[in-house]
Amino acid sequence: MAAKTLTIDGKEISAEEGATILQAAEEHGITMPTLCHLDGVYDVGACRLCLVEVAGTPKLLPACTTRVTEGMDVKTDTERLRKYRRMTLELLFAERNHVCAVCVANGHCELQSLAYSQGMDHVRYEYRFPHWEVDNTHPLFGMDPHRCILCTRCVRACWHIEGAGTLNVSGRSAGSHIITDLNQPWGLADSCTRCGKCVMSCPTGALYYKGSTVSEMERDRSKLEFIVTAREKKQWIA
Amino acid sequence: MAKRILIDPVTRIEGHAKISIFLDDEGHVSDAEFHVVEFRGFEKFCEGRPYNEMPGITPRICGICPVSHLLASAKAGDAIMAVSIPPAADKLRRLMNLGQFIQSHALSFFHLSAPDFLLGWDTPQPQRNVFGLIGQNKELARAGIRLRQFGQEIIELLGGQKIHPAWAVPGGVRSPLDPEDRERILRWLPEAYATVQTAFDLFQATLQTHSREVQVFGNFPSLFMGLVDPDGTWEHHGGKLRFVDSSGSIIADQLDPQNYAEFIGESVQNTSYLKSPYYLPLDLPEGMYRVGPLARLNVAEQMGTPKADAELARFKKLGRGAVTSSFLYHYARLIEILAALERVERYMDDRDIFSEDLRADAGINSFHGVGVSEAPRGTLFHDYTVDRNGLLRKVNMIVATGQNNLAMNQTVAQIARHYIRRQQNDIPEPLLNRIEHGIRCYDPCLSCSTHAVGQMPLRVQLIGPDGTVIREAARG
Repeated sequence: MAAKTLTIDGKEISAEEGATILQAAEEHGITMPTLCHLDGVYDVGACRLCLVEVAGTPKLLPACTTRVTEGMDVKTDTERLRKYRRMTLELLFAERNHVCAVCVANGHCELQSLAYSQGMDHVRYEYRFPHWEVDNTHPLFGMDPHRCILCTRCVRACWHIEGAGTLNVSGRSAGSHIITDLNQPWGLADSCTRCGKCVMSCPTGALYYKGSTVSEMERDRSKLEFIVTAREKKQWIA
Repeated sequence: MAKRILIDPVTRIEGHAKISIFLDDEGHVSDAEFHVVEFRGFEKFCEGRPYNEMPGITPRICGICPVSHLLASAKAGDAIMAVSIPPAADKLRRLMNLGQFIQSHALSFFHLSAPDFLLGWDTPQPQRNVFGLIGQNKELARAGIRLRQFGQEIIELLGGQKIHPAWAVPGGVRSPLDPEDRERILRWLPEAYATVQTAFDLFQATLQTHSREVQVFGNFPSLFMGLVDPDGTWEHHGGKLRFVDSSGSIIADQLDPQNYAEFIGESVQNTSYLKSPYYLPLDLPEGMYRVGPLARLNVAEQMGTPKADAELARFKKLGRGAVTSSFLYHYARLIEILAALERVERYMDDRDIFSEDLRADAGINSFHGVGVSEAPRGTLFHDYTVDRNGLLRKVNMIVATGQNNLAMNQTVAQIARHYIRRQQNDIPEPLLNRIEHGIRCYDPCLSCSTHAVGQMPLRVQLIGPDGTVIREAARG
């Protein structure tokens, strides 16, 4: 495949044709905040945390779904980007009920870590305080929509790593939410294989192992990478 | 003309409150009410949450006694799982509760109440606080602050943080004591004992000069309730409930806290966000009972440790039957600190505190669970009803300050009657302070009692029969 040459934050790099800006940047040790991105599943550009500036384009573009082009000039860390990233985080916090102090994921939460690292010290928007029902019907796992940021990592892991297709998104706009099977209680969803990949992939405390108490949800994502790598490299095919 | 005196806000208590004193046409005190003016609604917004999360959520009710809510909540969780927790976990929970008793009682005695009786009721208000105490007796104030720190240290060493540790969980606790931390506690104990001894000496001297306060600061007959062991020994985390009356006779014993609704009723006043529980078989007003240090010492036959037992014997001599003066809550508090120190010392020789077998595992085996623990201020009930998936459908909490609500009203009225003279036109500030102190005896925690947000300030209102406020003193 042809290589493309581009500049990211003043650094000249080359990347394979078809690679995303995020992939190209990571390959060269340039980091940027991400939230809906999960190694091993395709990207959807849902969270807008990895927005970057591309010279000649007035719009900000998500690095995870924008392909590199020849001569592209990308900036990943500008005052404008920092401002929008903070705003995005504030909107995520205002949208549902994120109460870190009493959350099962406190201290192990990607949303919380990003809020710290991006300097989000307060929320300027009015909290919406929506009411959702916690789904604790599954024998092993629970789902608390109050803490969901609709990144859809769980949906993608369920469909494209496990291949079960249990999790889906229902509704539109602020009413969007994650459902299991045909919007049945999770415990009644026949397609669920109880593999737990969705729980491993969740960035917040929305999906958890049942019985978890404050701060106890630590996730082991290496298992997801292990499966994806084995599949891509055909390690399990004799 | 009849009047009302309003003290708003009440100071040096944990929370936000006001006091109304009603005067009749003759200028006599006709009644008094203590109003808690905070509201938070924990019982409502916890509905729908998984019960496992409650030991993380309910400690947020209060920054002074989060441990009490943590432990009661975890115990309610044990009841829902219907498990017996590992013995080591029970010992560690008790150790943390003892740390809580030490820190909270030290706060009440040294920081909040001692400035009144050590510096004097008539000391100008700006000096009548812990800073005034530091000015007058730096070593004593320092020792008191250090004693509180010792209690906080025990909580932190076990739970990882002083305030709001999420360490106790349904089924047990998360981690044992580290052997190095045991050494730290042992090194600190002699200093803590010495401080309690100093406080005892001070309070004995105070008793000599404050016989009038003992007489009129909430000295009336009532029932007393607290947890006791099967043999009547002082309890703070397990055991069953006992009621005694003011003659010291046991009127009910070994009541299972799980069935509290059969013997405790909750009445509501339209002037306060605080509910007023009472002993159901006797109804009101006879069913009024007090909880907390005074009540626990009244229901207990012995403390179960030698030094505290010797003090308990001296304490019991202050009453005919039960000790009925709320001013002696302060004394009872000191005896409980001593008992807590002795028990902490005892646990330091128990290998179980290093055990790794700390957590029982189970699903939902009961849709209803009650967790009861003695908080520093008195018996605390957490009552949870869950659905088959472990989500809370109903939450009821009965906290110590609520149970003392009726007694606090009576205490305020008694002090006001004694000090406010007929046709008195001016109510001087030191007098209002004595009325406030009637509340301080109970070390009320208003954030807990209404599960509410608050700072610390109080108002007293003098109210006429026509409802007009004649005089009002506000602070805070």
